Amino acid sequence: MSETAVPLTTKKDWSSDQEVRWCPGCGDYGILQAVQQLMPDLGIRNENTVFISGIGCSSRFPYYMNTYGMHSIHGRAPAIATGLAVARPDLDVWVITGDGDGLSIGGNHLIHALRRNVNLKILLFNNRIYGLTKGQYSPTSEVGKVTKSTPFGSIDPPFNPLSVALGAEASFVARTHDLDRKHMMETFKAAHDHRGASFVEIYQNCNVFNDGQFNDITKRTVRDEMMIDLVHGEPIVFGADQQRGVTMGRDGFLRIVEVADVGIDNIVRHDTSSPYPSLAFALARLNQDDHSPTPFGIFRDIERPEYTAAVGAQLAQASESKGPGDLTALLRSNGTWTVN
Amino acid sequence: MNDTIDRSDSTVLDRLVVRFAGDSGDGMQLTGDRFTSVSASFGNDLSTLPDFPAEIRAPAGTVNGVSSFQVHISDHDITTPGDEPNVLVAMNPAALKADLHRLETGGTLIINEDAFDERNLEKAGYDANPLDDGSLAGYRLIKVPMTSITKEACEPLGVKPRDAERSKNFFALGLVSFMYTRPIEPTLEWINQKFGKNEQVAGANTAAFKAGFHFGETTEQVGHRYEVRPADLPNGEYTSITGNTALAWGLVAAGQLAKLPITLGSYPITPASDILHELSKHKHFGIRTVQAEDEIAAVGMALGAAFAGHLGITTTSGPGVALKSETISLAVAIELPLLVIDIQRGGPSTGLPTKTEAADLNLAMFGRHGEAPLPIVASYSPAQCFHAAIEAARIALKYRTPVILLSDGYLANGSEPWLIPDVDSLPDISVSFQTEFNGTDDEGNPIYLPYLRDDDTLARPWAIPGTPGLMHRVGGLEKADKTGNVNYTPQNHQLMGDLRQAKIERIAADYDPTEVRGDADADICLLTWGSTYAAVHAAWQRQRRDGHQLAWIHLEHLNPLPNDLGDLLRRFPKILVPELNKGQLCNIVRGKYLVDAKSVSKMSGLPFRTKEIEDAIEEARS
Ligand SMILES: Cc1ncc(C[n+]2csc(CCOP(=O)(O)OP(=O)(O)O)c2C)c(N)n1
Ligand code: SF4
Ligand SMILES: [Mg+2]
Repeated sequence: MSETAVPLTTKKDWSSDQEVRWCPGCGDYGILQAVQQLMPDLGIRNENTVFISGIGCSSRFPYYMNTYGMHSIHGRAPAIATGLAVARPDLDVWVITGDGDGLSIGGNHLIHALRRNVNLKILLFNNRIYGLTKGQYSPTSEVGKVTKSTPFGSIDPPFNPLSVALGAEASFVARTHDLDRKHMMETFKAAHDHRGASFVEIYQNCNVFNDGQFNDITKRTVRDEMMIDLVHGEPIVFGADQQRGVTMGRDGFLRIVEVADVGIDNIVRHDTSSPYPSLAFALARLNQDDHSPTPFGIFRDIERPEYTAAVGAQLAQASESKGPGDLTALLRSNGTWTVN
Repeated sequence: MNDTIDRSDSTVLDRLVVRFAGDSGDGMQLTGDRFTSVSASFGNDLSTLPDFPAEIRAPAGTVNGVSSFQVHISDHDITTPGDEPNVLVAMNPAALKADLHRLETGGTLIINEDAFDERNLEKAGYDANPLDDGSLAGYRLIKVPMTSITKEACEPLGVKPRDAERSKNFFALGLVSFMYTRPIEPTLEWINQKFGKNEQVAGANTAAFKAGFHFGETTEQVGHRYEVRPADLPNGEYTSITGNTALAWGLVAAGQLAKLPITLGSYPITPASDILHELSKHKHFGIRTVQAEDEIAAVGMALGAAFAGHLGITTTSGPGVALKSETISLAVAIELPLLVIDIQRGGPSTGLPTKTEAADLNLAMFGRHGEAPLPIVASYSPAQCFHAAIEAARIALKYRTPVILLSDGYLANGSEPWLIPDVDSLPDISVSFQTEFNGTDDEGNPIYLPYLRDDDTLARPWAIPGTPGLMHRVGGLEKADKTGNVNYTPQNHQLMGDLRQAKIERIAADYDPTEVRGDADADICLLTWGSTYAAVHAAWQRQRRDGHQLAWIHLEHLNPLPNDLGDLLRRFPKILVPELNKGQLCNIVRGKYLVDAKSVSKMSGLPFRTKEIEDAIEEARS
């Protein structure tokens, strides 16, 4: 609303006065820190920023931000945020959701927000467990997981959140994790700068009900071998000496190889802007077998018509062709007769 | 043929009920609609009842596939589509089978005899042809080979017989127009406008219409002509309007009167979809419409828009309200304006999607978890849906609360002439957003208190995103009085629950005193809400004309109920509550006022007949 230059802010200006109430050691803290620290760099105003969440530990997030916010109901944040963004495309709207919130009860709203490409930044805190309800398995929990509701192990095959997002035609898809503040900030910034719906999966540790879920990937000792840092336009390589890489066979499958064996020219170059989602999709599923490394960073970042802009364009066009709404004329638009 | 109809030989009727019945594909809704429009512009008062199957294409020729349109025209003020048709137009055996029982004894039966072949008779379940077996002796039977005459009339235009056949509904319309001296020009003009793009179709419909009219003129069979003179309606400009259009226009008006843009989130459902369709046309009024992925998303979008400072609206029917329940409770908790519009239909579940019922009052009143009171407004005539929409919006905005507006399938699709209101006479329902700090913290610094209430209305301030300094968080967790911070203390929850309830109760202070129509010292008082207004109005008038004492209270606000209602009801020894449900309002007033109200219940998917109400009154009297 204000038209003067955006004032300089610090992390403190973006933190609310509310006491943060996650369990000590919870991965959510790191994510909150990253977001609060990033906000001053985005060139936006507190009053033009809105955080909408569902229900879950992660969804407490908006209370801690000095912005407008709504802690809504379980699973519905993408729908509520869509209404908000449609009404007010001038706002910077963030959605905070969990693996249960976004992929179980609210799966329908998530895929439709992505399909419509509403200008929302959707951060999905994936701890592969229901935290708030004290530890039941979630739609991202692995088969065999023993929880309170699956004493004999879960028999539900999980969702791969990025596959879901890509399948829903998401125009921006990324993955980051709660231990790397810098990576989170870079990823969130890219999500923010993207016009349209951005979907970021954040691996988040729930140290109370699912501690160490991501240790095999993100622990410092294994990171080099188990994490791939995706860089647009660069060959997809990893390892302490970047000695390993990813190739794509004629069958379309990705394989992990020694770079030396195939030559760097035969390593797949990452392309976030490809109109075809196949590479992003294949990369999203590279770790399906648990032994292969997990790619992090931006999988897909393409331009696609943004929803709220399209809504606005239709409104503008209608006003241009019909003039401003005239109620007196509307009430007579179905034909009239006069009694006298 | 010209428009100066010769009425010299016609008999004057004070009212007439015509029912057009045919196969779903026969265009009966269109035919009825045309007859209605012509009568409306001629100056009759009228009321209509479309009645169509739930299936889009029910098997042709079967009783299930029958689509009907009943219209009541009169020279005086009427509210119902009429109990018993005086005239039944049956385009095929199935239509006859489905609707004959409604026709008054001795009524006029106009039959398309071409359709009464063996196959159609069998599909309709007739063993013998009713046209030949004497079973229709009690009626004035007019058999017309409508299909073949229509084909003949279209032949010179080069229209293929199969295509020509489709115009037979216009033949029927032409014939009925002759018999009841309806003006011709408006229909011919309308055919040109509607079908002008396709010359053949326009030509065929015109030819069929004229053929029907001439058939009436030239054959002896139809006999005498009748007319229904214009009603003595107040002077002014009129339009014919259905409940759903009136409701949609009321919403457009509410946005204008509130000086707020509208965001509608909606998921298609019969009989509410028309409102989504209508509002989607009016983008130049600043109306955003989103066809959501489901009803939960639809209400969520409306609520998100309300948080952003729009008039947030969602339109649906009962099954949709059930899905929206959790979000409506959130709206109660975060105290934002929200309009939830329920066009009721027969339930439970998919029930009778195209038939009417008014059985969602309990759902509106109680269908939420926790103590989640909210105001309920009910519209009572097609045109009045316009004002009901504005009233619902007024309450939502002023009191920062979700409001449920109840309409029903009968109002939605029924139509009546409407004296178009002067836009300047409509209420200003605008409210202002909070833009300044409204409190101080412990150290005396100015702060925003999102739950600091207005002394009169108990409404909380509405500060929208984009307002510098007033950043705040709302949410479903219980909030502390004034500060709006999360608060679980026992005293605070008690206080907030009390405040939410008190706020809703205060709304009754805005109402006009409740009107007791008729005889204030009668023994019997009728108590109604919603579309039963029509039949009760007619019954109440007739009873009083017949010299009986009778009182009647009609409610437009169902929550909170008017403050004076209890005292008024207690004056009457007998209270009758006619409802298209199992006695929902009746139970509410019995519980609230400890009065011995009696339910008059109907649950057939059809509105009350006037006679049914009169019977109930007579039974109560005896
Ligand atoms: C309608 C409804 N159903 C169930 C719940 C209970 N519930 C709250 S949070 C939650 C799951 C949260 O899991 P997730 O989204 O993964 O969030 P996390 O707590 O792990 O951050 C459930 C089942 C609820 N609040 N509302
Ligand atoms: S339960 Fe798990 S996710 Fe929730 S706050 Fe505690 S550690 Fe975090
Ligand atoms: Mg979780």
